[in-house]
Amino acid sequence: MPKITYQDNQGNSKTIEVENGLTVMEGAIQNDISGIDADCGGSMACATCHVYVEEKWFNKLLKAEEAEIDMIDMAYEPKKNSRLSCQLIVSDELDGLIVTTPAKQS
Amino acid sequence: MKKTDTIIIGAGPVGLFAIHQLGIKGLKSIVIDNLDKAGGQCIELYPDKPIYDIPAVPECTGEELTKKLLEQIKPFNTEFFLNERVEEVKQDKENWIIKTNNNNEFSAPNIIIAGGVGSFEPRKLTVKDAEKFEDKSLFYAVKNKDHFKNKNISIFGGGDSALDWALELSKFSNINLIHRRDDFRGAPHTLSEIKKLEKEGKIAIKTPCQLQSIEGNEKINFITIKFDDGKTEKIKTDVVLSFFGLIMKLGPIAEWGLNMSKKTIEVNSKNFETNKKGIFAAGDICSYPGKLKLILSGFHEVALASVECFKRARPNEKYRFEFTTSSKTIQSRLGKK
Repeated sequence: MPKITYQDNQGNSKTIEVENGLTVMEGAIQNDISGIDADCGGSMACATCHVYVEEKWFNKLLKAEEAEIDMIDMAYEPKKNSRLSCQLIVSDELDGLIVTTPAKQS
Repeated sequence: MKKTDTIIIGAGPVGLFAIHQLGIKGLKSIVIDNLDKAGGQCIELYPDKPIYDIPAVPECTGEELTKKLLEQIKPFNTEFFLNERVEEVKQDKENWIIKTNNNNEFSAPNIIIAGGVGSFEPRKLTVKDAEKFEDKSLFYAVKNKDHFKNKNISIFGGGDSALDWALELSKFSNINLIHRRDDFRGAPHTLSEIKKLEKEGKIAIKTPCQLQSIEGNEKINFITIKFDDGKTEKIKTDVVLSFFGLIMKLGPIAEWGLNMSKKTIEVNSKNFETNKKGIFAAGDICSYPGKLKLILSGFHEVALASVECFKRARPNEKYRFEFTTSSKTIQSRLGKK
């Protein structure tokens, strides 16, 4: 199973095996990773599963669709490497992905 | 204090259908919601997005679903208390007394909490001193346009609210429209109007940049924004308007003594009562083994909760299960002959 590393803004990190097909957000929620709230449950409507993705991984991800970019406008401290983790679907290609959560989600 | 049979907290789809399920059983209810309209997440988060899993409705938007539900509960003439948040819940023998932030008080034997993920509140700026200036020279909504005349106004955001207010307030104030990227998200017509006003010098557009700091004493005097390339700019500003959408906050619900897990309220799946007799939770806010956060699950949950509500509100009457197709009583409650 692909391993995903969730890192908080203090540098503490947890690496979890997440099943293919789940989203990076679901991986976090099912494993009690703090720092990802996902208030809307993954319907791309709240921006509280916002993460930063390291550059080398950021370019490997499928590009964000417009609705996701619009939603990221609402996120807490968005940056160039911001993504919504509910839109990142785990696959073997993402094995080793590292995401960093912002200081807070809202 | 207003008395009723059931107080419903949350006017989303589940709260609205609760009115129906209580209403056909002859129970009165009132509804309280922090938003300014009914519909909850359906209307606030995805009014235009199609929903495909409402039974017998192959496709409808959040707004259409809300409209249909409002139409369905029309016969019950239910009173809505919008722009109000429940602050306090107290027990008074067999009844519950609720107090809102508008100082309204309600009493009922039943409360159904259909609060979704909590109440919607504006997403606030987090720079230093933002809180200090709130409601003085920093605002998250425009309530009275007259307060924004002949000012230097800095508007943050890239969506419809930011664009619409930039247009409107540019009629009598200097506007800086500030956004984190070059693209704005708004109606094409609004965007072309904004571009026109930029050329005429009535609106200054600053992108891609974000707010770095606010300066001032009693009121805001200056703000500093930071561009993506690292440059900063200090802008004379009397008023900051920030439009970064709404977030959902559980708020006071967490303090009512209900058993909670992961920001949801634990209920039994027989009648969706919480650990407090007469307080029920349904929809996204409740949790029980196997819970699915679907609108259709919420409909089922309030149907069952309404039976227990009947028993508590009418202790001397016997509950009779009836079908809407055959019950003359229900049909008359629905205004049908």
